[in-house]
Amino acid sequence: MSTDKIDYSAVPDTRGHFGPYGGRYVSETLMHALDELDEIYQRLKGDASFQEEFDKDLAHYVGRPSPLYEAERLSKKIGGARIVLKREDLNHTGAHKVNNTIGQALLAKYTGKQRVIAETGAGQHGVATATVAARLGLECVVYMGAEDVQRQALNVYRMKLLGATVVPVHSGSKTLKDAMNEAMRDWVTNVDTTFYIIGTVAGPHPYPQLVRDFNSVVGREARAQSMDRFGRLPDALVACVGGGSNAIGLFHPFLSDDSVAMYGVEAGGDGLETGRHAAPLNDGIPGILHGNRTYLMEDDDGQIIETHSISAGLDYPGVGPEHAWLKDIGRVNYVAATDNEAMHAFRELTRVEGIMPALESSHAVAHGMKLAAESDPDDIILVNLSGRGDKDILTVAKIDGIDV
Amino acid sequence: MSRITSTLAQLREANRKALVSYIVCGDPTLAATLDAMHELVKAGTDIIELGVAFSDPMAEGPVIQLGHERALKGGASVRATLELVSEFRKQNSETPVVLMGYANPVARMGYAVFAEAAAKAGVDALLTVDLPPEESHELDAELAKHDLDNIYLLAPTSKEARIKTICDAARGFVYYVSVKGVTGSGSLNADDVAQRVEKIRAQAHTPVLVGFGIKDAKSAKAVAACSDGVVVGSAYVSIMAKAADTPMPEVLKELHTLVSSIRQGLDEL
Repeated sequence: MSTDKIDYSAVPDTRGHFGPYGGRYVSETLMHALDELDEIYQRLKGDASFQEEFDKDLAHYVGRPSPLYEAERLSKKIGGARIVLKREDLNHTGAHKVNNTIGQALLAKYTGKQRVIAETGAGQHGVATATVAARLGLECVVYMGAEDVQRQALNVYRMKLLGATVVPVHSGSKTLKDAMNEAMRDWVTNVDTTFYIIGTVAGPHPYPQLVRDFNSVVGREARAQSMDRFGRLPDALVACVGGGSNAIGLFHPFLSDDSVAMYGVEAGGDGLETGRHAAPLNDGIPGILHGNRTYLMEDDDGQIIETHSISAGLDYPGVGPEHAWLKDIGRVNYVAATDNEAMHAFRELTRVEGIMPALESSHAVAHGMKLAAESDPDDIILVNLSGRGDKDILTVAKIDGIDV
Repeated sequence: MSRITSTLAQLREANRKALVSYIVCGDPTLAATLDAMHELVKAGTDIIELGVAFSDPMAEGPVIQLGHERALKGGASVRATLELVSEFRKQNSETPVVLMGYANPVARMGYAVFAEAAAKAGVDALLTVDLPPEESHELDAELAKHDLDNIYLLAPTSKEARIKTICDAARGFVYYVSVKGVTGSGSLNADDVAQRVEKIRAQAHTPVLVGFGIKDAKSAKAVAACSDGVVVGSAYVSIMAKAADTPMPEVLKELHTLVSSIRQGLDEL
């Protein structure tokens, strides 16, 4: 399909559709809250004082702009293109997730709701939500799959230190999707008093749009930094995709730049051919889950199947609806990196550059390295280093057979 | 006239309230569901609502979530549910059957394929929790082709304009969700429900039934006093849960006792 003349700023439409994806597939109880949120958001996003407040928080609380760092030793070792890292790992709380939680907390403030809830996989979004809740003095409840509570124990304790209540979810596969189900149930029950801070570009409209907009600061900065440093745009962008918020944040400001290739890297788990992965854009089909229509991992009966990834943050059977659309129109290439490839990239970046990436981000690094090896030495490949790896140390130690 | 419309019209004529009974199809086995359906009717159920199992039943409280999990283990699916309704129809051609579920399994089968197969199986209506009218045009058109009713939910949070939209789109009946919450929630306030239902009735072209949070004769009676009838679910699903380790005749007996006590409560109105 030709991508000529697509006005990327015109999606989603007023009902939240990105082509055939997105929308608002929720029970009636939530419709009014979503209408209200949409109304507030559409008004505030063009409001200069709201933007100013948001930018101020990003600068002084998050520490933006995050640097653009050229990984010269890694590039040299690979012997291909220049690899450049967008350092979202240096943000306050250690990942891109905080961009969105700052924005949604501001929205919550405007709605006057005193309680926020969130779902989390790796715990990064939960930590970022607990952080902004602490800062604003809001009650905070975070839903987390019981399995993720085990494998991300450090982040669980961080959230508790920040004053949040972490609720382990024991239903279904006990991972991110089940945490999201439980957060939705809480929201239905407490809709009058509670603001649901969704952590990714999925869920019912207007969430995919507003989470994208809040994270687009990543792409806007990267674009300006690239022009400033290299006098031109990068040749390729690479970002990992679970729900896809760091990827859409990076990609969105570049979508109209035809010279920039884009790669979204899904979790390949044990390998796409094994079926044990979390790569719906590579190996799923369109369906309806968590309030939106998008690509899903499901069986022939339409039941959502369990996913597998070494990284809790990518272990999700769906993906943001805008990614589904960008796949179909051919603007972004969606590929996968396996657990082993991600682990290799984790170790390489740590040892060669002294930067320890989150296991999620390691998927992007893995594909960036692969791409660099195949590219021209003058090419610039910009990889979104969406988060830092401190939270994954116990997981890696376990793989290494070490009891920390 | 659809089987649901005529059933509800007859009840209204007789000045009786409708009792809609919900269980999850395949919980814990398909055979148990078939027995339970006949028992529900014998004990005074007017309309059967069959939950179509889904891996991610977002609107359900813990009791019905577990019902969905047991059903999936027992081999439930959309197709298996339709086959079961066909079986039920061999012995019962009067009691309306509503399927209640989530969009994805139906979408996976294909809306057109589903509607045709459902009509053929003897299903009367579909309630899709996560398909509000904004997203249901395609499915609604397919259901209408086969004279299947489309049941929509209204909630305590629904504003005036949406009440009208949904009442205009509804066929069969309008289902008012009595509490902000998931299925099986407590804290039902009969006065609030009465006020809300009055507003809905002013717009509705169909009967208005109320569900969520109704678990016994007392709560059923309180809610039915201001509406055309009630939907009871979690209380029955709790009983069906026992079928995993209790002989079926005992489970059916317990189910019968609860249904008939609720029936009795309704008939006192």
